[in-house]
Amino acid sequence: MAETKRDPVAEWATDFDHTHPDYAAAATEIWDDLRAGCPVAHSERFGGTWLPTRHEDIAAIAADTEHFTSQGVIVTEWRPDVPAPVGYAPPITSDPPFHALARRVLLPYFSPKAMVRWENTTRAMCRELLDTALADGATAFDAAADYAQHIPVRVIADMLGLPRDDGDKFRGFIHRIIEVPGQVEVEQEDTLDHYLKQIVADRKAKPGDDLISYLLSADLDGVPLDEGHVEGTIGLLIIAGIDTTWSAIGASLWHLAQHPEHLQRLRDDPEVIPFAVEEFLRFYAPVTMARLVAEPVQIGDASMQPGDWCLLPFPAANRDPEFFERADEFVIDRAANRHSAFGLGIHRCIGSNLARLELRIALEEFVARIPSFELADPSAVRWSTGQVRGPRLLPVRLT
Amino acid sequence: MKISYDRSKCQGHNRCYMLAPELFDTDDEGYAILLVEGEVPSDLQDKAQLCADNCPEYAIEIEG
Ligand code: HEM
Ligand code: SF4
Repeated sequence: MAETKRDPVAEWATDFDHTHPDYAAAATEIWDDLRAGCPVAHSERFGGTWLPTRHEDIAAIAADTEHFTSQGVIVTEWRPDVPAPVGYAPPITSDPPFHALARRVLLPYFSPKAMVRWENTTRAMCRELLDTALADGATAFDAAADYAQHIPVRVIADMLGLPRDDGDKFRGFIHRIIEVPGQVEVEQEDTLDHYLKQIVADRKAKPGDDLISYLLSADLDGVPLDEGHVEGTIGLLIIAGIDTTWSAIGASLWHLAQHPEHLQRLRDDPEVIPFAVEEFLRFYAPVTMARLVAEPVQIGDASMQPGDWCLLPFPAANRDPEFFERADEFVIDRAANRHSAFGLGIHRCIGSNLARLELRIALEEFVARIPSFELADPSAVRWSTGQVRGPRLLPVRLT
Repeated sequence: MKISYDRSKCQGHNRCYMLAPELFDTDDEGYAILLVEGEVPSDLQDKAQLCADNCPEYAIEIEG
């Protein structure tokens, strides 16, 4: 597996590369600079890509399904060839009017009330992971690789009725699809497509009490979902639910490792937790989406043309000082927090209630178990590259 | 204080339901259902304001 090296970036306003390690290392500063100056950056990379940075522009683009299509949501050198309105992974790659149907099939499964059943299993998982990390009196472990990473993998595996051990496979798919899109070669039988075909065929032969079986028996206004749709949606849940949540948990722990006063506050004042969770999501929003331009459109000074990519950096919207008071400060009990970590408009994250539950429980259990801790080696922390941002290596030490 | 909710703007972020289950329920698909009509009881006014201030889609409005 050879990964290609990225060319150095000349100027962020005119040549940005959101998959470059330099972007991962300094994304917030880059957005702040662009927002104050540009505010919509452009790059010839990936066949032409835009990067808006103001909340107002990002919200307007997310709401505009006429000039922008979701047929492509991860920026690659090529353009996805499964046409709108369905796309290759419904509903995230779908446009109206089909989008609403594909979304409606999933919504009841992920509603806040439906999430209650995952509370206890998630808590038990977190405890088990901490037991393992701290076994035999260990006082150092990797909070991203040994803890945060496993929580969403196990929850999704349980939900889909798949073995938890398949988690290693999931992480390989995610790395190739999101972190280094199109930059590594793989054998057909190691692809996500191949895996999805296999698990959907298995479940078709032997249905169970899981989300795959539920989708196979579901219909869109009387028409059963075809297998391609089910495969695409399951693939989406694996891709969309794991490294996103892993990133949110990891970034929150990275913060707490450096802010013992916030760790203490979470422990002393459990009522602040729901507010802290939203502030972690605002401040460390992990997900930047993308759209393809469908019709010529003007956003500020930017003249976007059909076929251009346009990134939707919700994390940048969350740091816009025109939209948030003290935007660059982490305010643990921030009362008014209209953040957009889960997107805005019709594609609002379907897994948002699940992600919140996982983040809250992961923090509650960590706080209950670990009285104080710090980064074991700040230079060993590694942040992911690409459209999902969070720490992938996070060595910590109990203090 | 009066509170109103616009279903056509709601995208089911569920911030309101989490902050004030006394004021908002959710339907099977996760969209909000406003539970009070007209005047907001005085002990729930702070919560009503909080819901309006946190709805990412501006689907909740407060008057008075
Ligand atoms: C902290 C964790 C997460 C974050 C920050 C996040 C973020 C997002 C964002 C920003 C979108 C909007 C996409 C767009 O506008 O094109 C989205 C969509 C989506 N997310 Fe999440 N997500 C998270 C966790 C999850 C989980 C746990 C699941 C499911 C298991 C999930 C499933 C989905 C699905 C299915 C969509 C597509 C919705 C649609 O297109 O209608 N996400 N997510
Ligand atoms: S917070 Fe706003 S968008 Fe979310 S459910 Fe409530 S009204 Fe709807």
